[in-house]
Parts: sequence; structure tokens; C-alpha cells
Amino acid sequence: MSGTIVQQGQSWIFSVPATLIAASAIGGPKEGKGPLGADFDYLFSDNRDGQASFEQMEQRMLQIACEMAIAKAGCVADDIDFFLCGDLLNQITSSGFTARSLARPYFGLFAACATAVEGLILSSLMVASGAAKKTMCAAGSHTCTAERQFRYPNEYGCQKPPQSQYTTTAAGAAIIGNEEGVIKITAATIGRVVDLGITDSFNMGGAMAPAFADTITAHLQQRGVSADYYDLILSGDLGRVGRDIALDLLYRRGIELDERRYIDCGCLIYGDDKAVFAGGSGCGCVASVSFGHIYRRLMAGELNRVLIAATGALLSPTSSQQKQSIPGISHAVALERI
Amino acid sequence: MVKKPKVASWYDPIIKSHGTPRPLAKNCLAAFCFGGALCAVAQFFQLLISQIAGVSDKDAAAIVMIIVIALAALLTGLGVFDKIAQQVGAGLAVPITGFANSIASSTLEFKSEGYVLGSGCNGFKLAGAVIFFGIGSAVVVALIALILGLV
Amino acid sequence: MSGEWWIDILKAFIVGGAFCLIGQLLFDIAKLTPAHTMSIMVTAGSILGGFGIYAKLADWAGAGATLPIISFGNMLVLGALEGAKSDGFWGIWTGILGGVSAGIAASVFFAFVIALIFKPKT
Repeated sequence: MSGTIVQQGQSWIFSVPATLIAASAIGGPKEGKGPLGADFDYLFSDNRDGQASFEQMEQRMLQIACEMAIAKAGCVADDIDFFLCGDLLNQITSSGFTARSLARPYFGLFAACATAVEGLILSSLMVASGAAKKTMCAAGSHTCTAERQFRYPNEYGCQKPPQSQYTTTAAGAAIIGNEEGVIKITAATIGRVVDLGITDSFNMGGAMAPAFADTITAHLQQRGVSADYYDLILSGDLGRVGRDIALDLLYRRGIELDERRYIDCGCLIYGDDKAVFAGGSGCGCVASVSFGHIYRRLMAGELNRVLIAATGALLSPTSSQQKQSIPGISHAVALERI
Repeated sequence: MVKKPKVASWYDPIIKSHGTPRPLAKNCLAAFCFGGALCAVAQFFQLLISQIAGVSDKDAAAIVMIIVIALAALLTGLGVFDKIAQQVGAGLAVPITGFANSIASSTLEFKSEGYVLGSGCNGFKLAGAVIFFGIGSAVVVALIALILGLV
Repeated sequence: MSGEWWIDILKAFIVGGAFCLIGQLLFDIAKLTPAHTMSIMVTAGSILGGFGIYAKLADWAGAGATLPIISFGNMLVLGALEGAKSDGFWGIWTGILGGVSAGIAASVFFAFVIALIFKPKT
């Protein structure tokens, strides 16, 4: 590795960091009505928007997110050296189909709800190491495609318990390059898969919180900073239950997060809406909150240093029905104004 | 069968202290009242039909059941069945409405994969368990009754 | 209608409600999925049907006993036993679905109709 990137355990510290040139966030109707509604670049008024299937709608959202990010960066698709994308569907088809229409060299990613950050880390690494001049990463999810793949048919009357989460209908895309810019990607920590034996697929927050605590601990230690270094620490979609557990776990490890400076994307995106139970989830949740709300606040100078630690649950309906426990992962990336 | 994994012993108390408990009392009251009311209304129409049309109690029960199934399917199509079910839980799931909804929702959901491979092959995705265990257990029970000479 | 028709309705309310309450407890306390709950209930129905208990309950509570899915198991057993009564061993197989015919036929037919008309929503 060149001298511009320092490896510390499972973390990379970029001494010549890549720039987050542009980012876009797309949402569905419910996301638009939430407290972050104004931070989306485009909102659909309908979950289907005339598409033949929900899967096609999900792909369309990803496509629009990518097109808008490219337009905001003031470039064309051919300027993108590599494209990294992921979603929640079997064989990440929404991403593959989006890459098909962009016709750029493509890596398909899967880290469940942590995909957006995995893409951002790898894109930054490529640019910082000189392997690419400009890269794009994207991730998206749709509540109806996730519901029918992971749970039940959308119209099936199954009562959900209060700690369950609602998959976000949203997509986000970001363009990373080696040019000058306001927001730099300064450090990243690659998560280990942590599984403490949770099998209740209605309690994803509890399954993923240990992975989050593990990654945060590793990041702070390996970067040699305290939690106060960041204006804001953002967890991926742990939801209200998972957020409480994460605070508890970190406290036991001697890391006290300031409750006002630690936010969960899943809690943030829908505010106090009771219909989403413990909060939002899905690839699109972290992607749209990071590349919409957080990107805008960084650009406006309201935030200077943000650590985004997205969390993913690496289960499938098959593994769940075979009574396997739920492995969790969390990838962290630091965005800073320099 | 795979042995069910256990939650790490140090993590178990943490996860239990943070979970949001299910609103048991509210759920039970809602299920009892709604399910009971549904059966009471069905009983009312059963009595009404057998009086007015002069059909047998058995036929009146079948007619009411078919109407209830049609209404459950309609509410599924209109997208309101799942919203009501979230509130009343077993109050809608235990009566025949739950069976009708499981077939209607699967048939509707998998329409995007075609009427044959989607709706046709997946229509009984959830209701299949009821038919499977219902018929399986009924055959066993009937065979036992036959062997014991109870028939 | 007989003068005490409201008693029949009250009985249906109590018995139907009680079955739903049992279902809710299986959801919330035993943490069973709907599919597991319904499979258990229908199996319980065929066992109670085999003992002739469920038929007595259905006489007493009307729709309160016939509308819940437990009745599905009872009707399967009644069909099988009726077949066995007239045709012996082979009657079990030919008669088993007789009682549940209306429920299955209507569920499949109306499901297909709404699939033709509607699209799934959120």
C-alpha cells in the first residue's frame, strides 16, 4: 500500500484522503413525509410509480439516485471509473440492472443494511490509493420487495411486534474523486462479523448492536481518537431498541457516547411515526440519510466531523428458517470537512 | 433438526432489559373482542338467513362462511386487511378470514411472477400448512377411530 | 327467529372470542408464527373432532365454533368419519374433504378474482 494510506488493525487512515464530490438521496412517499423530507433530492409520490413490479421500482430508484449524483457532480457516466452498488434482493439484481444501464465497470456488494458504507469505503480506498480517479457507490431498498422476500406477502395480515423495523423505500448514491472538495473521507474501519446467538428476526437491532459496538471500539482505538472527536456518530439502522443496547454495550466497554451526538438512521428517518415500530432499516436507510441529510449538513458547515457506522444483518429467510442465529456486521467511515 | 443457537450468556440479560415488550393485555383484549364480534355477527346473519330463506342451519353456516371469505379477500385486495390485522391480531387470523387472507395475499403478491408460476404455485404458500396438517391429522384420527371400532 | 336469538349470538361471541384469545397467546407468549399457530389449531380441531367434542361445541356456539380455523380440522375428521361409516376404510379418503369444500373453494376463487383486479400495496 502506498504511503498515503496507513493501516491500523482493521482500520485505514487516509493521509491524502479522497473527496466526496457529490451525493444524492431518493425516497418514497413515507420517507418524504418524515422529518428528513426536505433533504431528499427526489421523492416518489407512490411506492410503485407505474412500474410493473416493486423490484423494477427499486431498480428505478437506484438508477435515478445514480443519475442525479452524476449530474450534481457535473460529470457524465463515462467519467466514472468504477461503480460499486448493492441492495437487499436475491443476487442483488437491482444493483446489477442499474450497472447494466450505466455500462461502467462494476462491483456488486452485499453487506445488508451496511452496503452503502461498504461501497463508500471501497470507493475511497480506490481513489486514495490511486487505483481510480473517480468512483461512484450506491445502495437502495424498497419496503415491498424486502417484505415479500424476507417476511410475508405485503397484504398478509401478520401482527408485527413493537421491536420490529420497517424497511425504508429509498436509495442513495455518492461520487468520490481525487479532486479538491469540501468533504473528505479520512478514515474507515472494516467490521468483523459478530454473532451472539440472536435468532429472533423481529429483533435486528439486538442482533446488530454488538457488531456496532465492536467496530466503534476498534475505530476509536486504532485511529487514536475519543468519541468526542466527532460532532456526530451515526449508527446504521439499529432502531430504537438496538440504539439503547448499543449505548449500553459501549458504556460497559468504557466508551460513553453523548446521547445528543449519537443518532441512529433508523430512528431519524421517520421521527416518532408509530407505524414503523422501532424505526427504519434497509440499505436505503443509511444510504439516503448519509447521502442526503448528513451530506447537506456537512456541506452547509453545520457538522464538521461525522462517523457513520452502518450495520447489517447477514441472514436470509433460509438461514432463519433453519434456525441459524443472525450474524451482524458494521462498517464505519469518517467524513470530515478539511 | 438443527439445534437452536443460544444467546451468549452475558448478552442475554442485556437484550432482555432493552426489548420493548409486546402489549399483551391490549392484544388479547383486541383479539377477544374483535374475533368474538366477528363470530357474533356471523351468527346473527346465520340465524337471519335460515329464517328468511328457510335453509338448514348447516347451509346457512356455509353461506355466511363464503360471504366472510369474499369480504376478507376484498379487504386484502383493497390493502386494508393487513392494517386491521396489525390492530386485532388473532381476532382476524384465527377465524376463516385469516385463511382467506393468506391465500388472497399470496395469490395477489406473486401475480408479478405470472398467474401460473407466481399466483398458482405460491397461492398456498402459507395456507398450505393448515391444509397439510389438517388433512394429515384428520386421516390419522379417522384411522384410529376405525381401528377402535368407533365408527 | 326464536325469542332467545340473542343468546345464540352471545354464545358465538364468547366462544369465538375465546379461540381468538388462545391464538393471540400463542402469538405473543409462545412466540409462534401465524403458520405454526394455525397448524396447531387445525390439528387440535381434528383431535377434538375425533372425540366428538367439537361437534357438541358447534351445536352450542354456532358460528363461534364454526368460523375459527379449529373447525377446519373438525370438519375434515367429520368428513372422513362419515365416509368411513358408509364405505369403510376407503371412505376415509373419499370423504375427508367434503366438509371443508366450501371454505377452500371460496378462498381460492375469491383470491383469484382479487388477484385479477387489484395490485399489492404497501
